[in-house]
Amino acid sequence: MKLDRRSFIKLMAMNSAATAAATLFPGVIFGAWKTVDMASGGLVWKKTPCRFCGTGCGLLVGVSGDRAVAVKGDPNCTVNKGLCCVKGYHSIQILYGKDRIQKALVRKNGKMVEVPVAEALDLVANKMQETIQAHGKDAVAMYGSGQWSITDGYVASKLFKGSIGTNNVEANARLCMASAVTGCLTTFGLDEPMGCYEDIEKADVFITWGNNMAEMHPVLFSRMLATRKNRTNVKIIDFATRTTRSSLAADRSILFRPQTDLSVANAICYEIIRNGWVNWEFVNRHVSFHKGKTNIGYGTEDHFKFKDKAETVDFDSFKAFLEDYTPENVEKISGVPAKDIKYLAALYGDPDKKVTSFWTMGMNQHTRGTWINNLVYNIHLLTGKISSPGNSPFSLTGQPSACGTVREVGTLTHKLPHGVVMNPDHRKMAAEIWDVPVENIDPKPTYHTVEMFRALDRGDIRFMWIQVTNPMVTMPNLRRYRDGAEKEGRFVVVSEIYPTPTSDVADVILPSALWIEREGFFGNSERRTQHNDQIVPMPGDTVSNTWQIIEVARRMGYQKQFPWSEETYIEDIWNEYTRFHDSPKHRMAPYKTLKERSGVQWPFVDGMETKWRYNAKYDPACKQEDFDFYGKPDHRAWIWLRPYEPPAESPDSEYPFWLNTGRVLEHWHTGSMTRRIPILHKAMPKSYVEINPDDAARLGITNGSDVKISSRRGSLVMQAMINGRGNPPMGMVFVPFFDEKYLINEVTLDAFCPISKQPDYKKCAVKLERA
Amino acid sequence: MPVFSYLAYPEKGAKEQLLKDLSEVRYCEITPAQNEEILILLTDTPDEDSEIKLQKQLKALDSLQSLSMTFGHVDD
Repeated sequence: MKLDRRSFIKLMAMNSAATAAATLFPGVIFGAWKTVDMASGGLVWKKTPCRFCGTGCGLLVGVSGDRAVAVKGDPNCTVNKGLCCVKGYHSIQILYGKDRIQKALVRKNGKMVEVPVAEALDLVANKMQETIQAHGKDAVAMYGSGQWSITDGYVASKLFKGSIGTNNVEANARLCMASAVTGCLTTFGLDEPMGCYEDIEKADVFITWGNNMAEMHPVLFSRMLATRKNRTNVKIIDFATRTTRSSLAADRSILFRPQTDLSVANAICYEIIRNGWVNWEFVNRHVSFHKGKTNIGYGTEDHFKFKDKAETVDFDSFKAFLEDYTPENVEKISGVPAKDIKYLAALYGDPDKKVTSFWTMGMNQHTRGTWINNLVYNIHLLTGKISSPGNSPFSLTGQPSACGTVREVGTLTHKLPHGVVMNPDHRKMAAEIWDVPVENIDPKPTYHTVEMFRALDRGDIRFMWIQVTNPMVTMPNLRRYRDGAEKEGRFVVVSEIYPTPTSDVADVILPSALWIEREGFFGNSERRTQHNDQIVPMPGDTVSNTWQIIEVARRMGYQKQFPWSEETYIEDIWNEYTRFHDSPKHRMAPYKTLKERSGVQWPFVDGMETKWRYNAKYDPACKQEDFDFYGKPDHRAWIWLRPYEPPAESPDSEYPFWLNTGRVLEHWHTGSMTRRIPILHKAMPKSYVEINPDDAARLGITNGSDVKISSRRGSLVMQAMINGRGNPPMGMVFVPFFDEKYLINEVTLDAFCPISKQPDYKKCAVKLERA
Repeated sequence: MPVFSYLAYPEKGAKEQLLKDLSEVRYCEITPAQNEEILILLTDTPDEDSEIKLQKQLKALDSLQSLSMTFGHVDD
């Protein structure tokens, strides 16, 4: 049935009311809405995870004919319980932007020319083969995304690692959660959080470390606020470097100087020990102590190498190490008053309080990102507040499938779908499942993301295929990498849905299908795998990213490894992929179950989801009573001795301000989708620089006036925002990166955590001038 | 041809009564929340006169505590 204009208006009216109700009453359910909508024009509602962040909200998309016309939160999805954020409610509009790429384009004589998709795919396959013949297999690379569907990443890994034999596979999740991975691996031996979103209803105290959940994870933030409203004595503490909407909603806002979270975390542990708040029963049975290398560098030079080495120590060594981190000493480093450090320690140390810590980019985009993850785990381990309802250290993921496609499929240079390329058993398993000779899989990792783009600049990589990401906006120290991509002798393929600065440097643009235009899977922050059917047809000549890779693989001669039919390839790939995780530690739900439900958490064992890992009450993989950290050979979680070390670059007399970059509520990452949604674009039309009012007054900068921001790498001019939605402390400015007209990453520094290789977008030195 | 949507708040304990009352009013479509004491009221009247009459009817309902408008559309 076609939806007429009046029915559409009524549908919008209904949608607005439901949205308002969901804002006022999180979790409100209107079960009869379906009936009303049918009477209003014959909509069919289909489930999907949201396209945007890593929260993994369940959506119901209303379809009329071939067109998606409405969105509501899925009341059956436990993540959001019917609620959405402003991006989710408007998400389907990304399907219908006027400049949607619907044809393949190939650069001919300097101009992009429309060609049949088959011709473009031929060119991609031929160019890749020519490059391998001329420069070797490690001269071709795939750069993907935490917005890849799981099957996209899986076939990319199978083609590059299994068939071609290069480990040149990376994903933009390296830029957003690699430190969370290495934090988990170094402390627990296995990746991904032990807890789940149900912790939000169980915790008494929430401490958010350097993240702005009110804008970046608004649905989870609403759940947190609802918990505080529904129960007495629930506290939210915002521990951050700038004042945000999250700070204003918190019970306490505590500011620290950039990078000094390392020292504060150690001071909290010092106080926990000094006050006798250590949970000795837990520590004695489930924790061991270790130290690693120090003065580990920042990776700003090409070919930077670092390998940590763990040394086992004892509790007394840990205690002695912490002697440098008295609250009074740390006050001098961090600017956090000693009394506030003691307050935080008392919250963590109170045996009657359940504590959940949340973090995102503030801790992960950090030149000591792995260390600060370790240090927050230390606090939870010392107090035994982990792996039980309400007690959860939890890195919230930024992208919808950073966990599902990057962390679980392993689309990073050193990873395989199960384990790492360096491990012969893991290579053997992959070779068997992929039906390739084990010698095909190179045991040596090649380039992490920053180094991969440096290799493209140097000419070590000559061919790069980029899918579902926009590195010509997001790479730090951007100018070098854009110039590198445009050098003679480089061939760049971009699979995209809209023109971007990345498609501007492409030699071939492949038109991609968007998330609900094809069947797929995402995996969210809490180990939840979420399936969507193809809900609307693919427009024009668009093709799913998975199918693009399959077509190229077949053209390169790998028909045997990519045998699937176009009708069933998503299910077939899922069935193959899940063989990698067939153990109680990581078993995934079967295809049929995922099709039926609004997400299923792994490990999925005997039909049951695992909500809290490493706890025998909930986790069937545990072999010990109560807790079992089975990821480590000693079945213990590791407390690490990690010192405070300064950032790669700090303000000085020439560049006296910190530059902090990040996101805003209305826009998804680089804005290539959300800036095409009129209402979101209108709400936040352009980027800006947040300046502290006192700094602005001193420099003669007024609200809305132009300001030049310069670093040692580049500069740009943009409007000042003073007393806006966020407020940095004196000596810091903040710039969101969603606006491609203002490429703030030409200013940022490509320093990274030597363990995770994740860049630090939160700290570099800049100067400000009136423009 | 005005279309409006509202969140309708019943008097205490009167959600079912409000649902019944609104069901009997012309031009009204009602969607009750399953788990909260609110309803969504969608009105679709043919002209301004009907809209004015409807407003009066709604104001006279004893079971209705208040209405919060969430959407409004009137054809030029």
